[in-house]
Amino acid sequence: MKQRLSTLMAAAVMTAAFAVQAQQPMKKAPPPAKAAAPAKAKDGITAEFEKFREVLEEDNPAELFEAKGEDIWKHKKGPDGASMAQCDLGLGAGVVKGAYVQMPRYFADVGQVMDAERRIVHCMVKYLGYKEEDIRKQPFSNDSKTPDHVSVITYVAAQSRNMKIAVPQKHPKEIETFRIGREIFDYRAGPYDFSCATCHGSDGMRIRTQDLPNLRKPAEAIRAYQGWPGYRMTGGFMLTQQWRMNDCFRQQRFPEPAYLSDSITALLTYMTATANGQVYKGPGIKR
Amino acid sequence: MTAMKTTILCAATLACGAALAEEVRDYRAEAIAMMKRDFKTRGIATADRVHEDGLQAICNRTSDHPPKAIAERLERDQMESIKYPPDGKLMGDWKAGEKLAQSGRGMTWSDKAGVPGGGNCYNCHQIGPQETSFGTIGPSLYQFGKLRGNTPDVQKYAYGKIYNAKAFNLCSAMPRFGHAGALTESQIKDLVALLLDPQSPVNSK
Ligand code: HEC
Ligand code: HEC
Repeated sequence: MKQRLSTLMAAAVMTAAFAVQAQQPMKKAPPPAKAAAPAKAKDGITAEFEKFREVLEEDNPAELFEAKGEDIWKHKKGPDGASMAQCDLGLGAGVVKGAYVQMPRYFADVGQVMDAERRIVHCMVKYLGYKEEDIRKQPFSNDSKTPDHVSVITYVAAQSRNMKIAVPQKHPKEIETFRIGREIFDYRAGPYDFSCATCHGSDGMRIRTQDLPNLRKPAEAIRAYQGWPGYRMTGGFMLTQQWRMNDCFRQQRFPEPAYLSDSITALLTYMTATANGQVYKGPGIKR
Repeated sequence: MTAMKTTILCAATLACGAALAEEVRDYRAEAIAMMKRDFKTRGIATADRVHEDGLQAICNRTSDHPPKAIAERLERDQMESIKYPPDGKLMGDWKAGEKLAQSGRGMTWSDKAGVPGGGNCYNCHQIGPQETSFGTIGPSLYQFGKLRGNTPDVQKYAYGKIYNAKAFNLCSAMPRFGHAGALTESQIKDLVALLLDPQSPVNSK
């Protein structure tokens, strides 16, 4: 624990450093710029971050949130005494091991395909008495609060660490959801005419220094899973896949997708089923 | 599109009744209906933004590869909608242009109404030699004026390209900044200067 604390404190210091750097325009000695093929440049923050991520991942700051989520999953009771032991994540009531890498999937009790985040919130409302409208008021973490459902998601995700992604594509609704997700991925609209594919549809693209995965390819679609939920260095809280989708739609200049909506489930189904067979390393760290 | 391809394939093979029934479903229409239900106005990002316009619809339906005749016709329409400055001056201040090129602001739900947005240019392009943090979705524009000159024709091209990139390349990844009201006339002039002014660092040796 002592060692963990010291790493976390180091993380806090780094976090502060990132925050400061982020505010200042980066002034670096220019490498010789070439008109034809721009050299692959990584700014100082990216390089520092990548060094630090390795150190941090050994110690895994997500564990604090995992522990809180585990406590809620195992011990919290709803108003009528129900608990998450009754929650079926697709592998049977209360089964958590391996469930995260097998969602989104079709759930017969609701007649719908749900992604992990949606299913977990569904269970917390159904069994633990959380109010959906409260969760919708603050669906994502910020520096003052990581909501309970985010901790539970982190716990559930950690129980699939080092397992292969196996998002089912058997039920007709699962196949349909995948196909609709693919359409949403390619759909250009809005004032900038952007789709997901504008930024994530070809190889080797970057926005500034951030690498953009080509999410149409299995080897890169894994990045819709890998490291999510992720511990945000520049803030010290956990962010989920639903947050990532929300923020990419913001950058796409779209209106805001409702939290836990069908459109997001469809997109996640498309990307994660594309990544089937690859190994999920568990909750991670994001810049 | 896919439905059509399957029909042709199926006519050739026979053993594909089920596949055909599946493909005939219009997932694109279902996806659009779903997005219309799910997306809500937030700040300046109004819900109607999920409706595709004519050009977007053509690019979406053809995976960004429209038939040549259609592309040419629509590019002409886009070209006609470009508004050039009435005074005929197309070059502004390259320093202001550099600031605009740096700024990734504009048009998101976290941007305020009435606050002028930026150009997002460095998100996609290498431009000035001093900026090493640049994206690669678009080609490098370093030395643009040096390579192309800054004759009235080149100025007109640069202004038009920034105003409406789709007039030159229908399904380009580059936004139509003037057309969308994302950049004003004087902002576009400053960006033209950034690319073409011989004093601009873009054109330094
Ligand atoms: C304007 C460009 C842009 C658009 C449009 C866009 N994204 Fe992104 N996306 C980004 C950037 C920038 C990142 C951050 C990359 C990083 O952290 O290195 C990112 C990250 C991601 C990630 C996480 C990658 C990782 O390694 O953690 C996923 C998944 C993703 N986007 C999916 C989508 C989807 C789905 C859409 C369409 C709804 C979309 N994006 C639209 C720019 C975009
Ligand atoms: C989302 C990415 C993106 C953004 C943002 C963007 N561009 Fe582009 N731009 C492209 C792509 C892709 C091309 C090449 C395809 C084409 O010609 O349309 C291009 C082409 C160009 C060209 C033509 C180059 C030539 O060789 O003729 C110019 C000039 C240009 N962009 C300027 C700008 C300026 C100025 C800005 C900022 C206001 C900007 N771009 C913002 C993606 C982008």
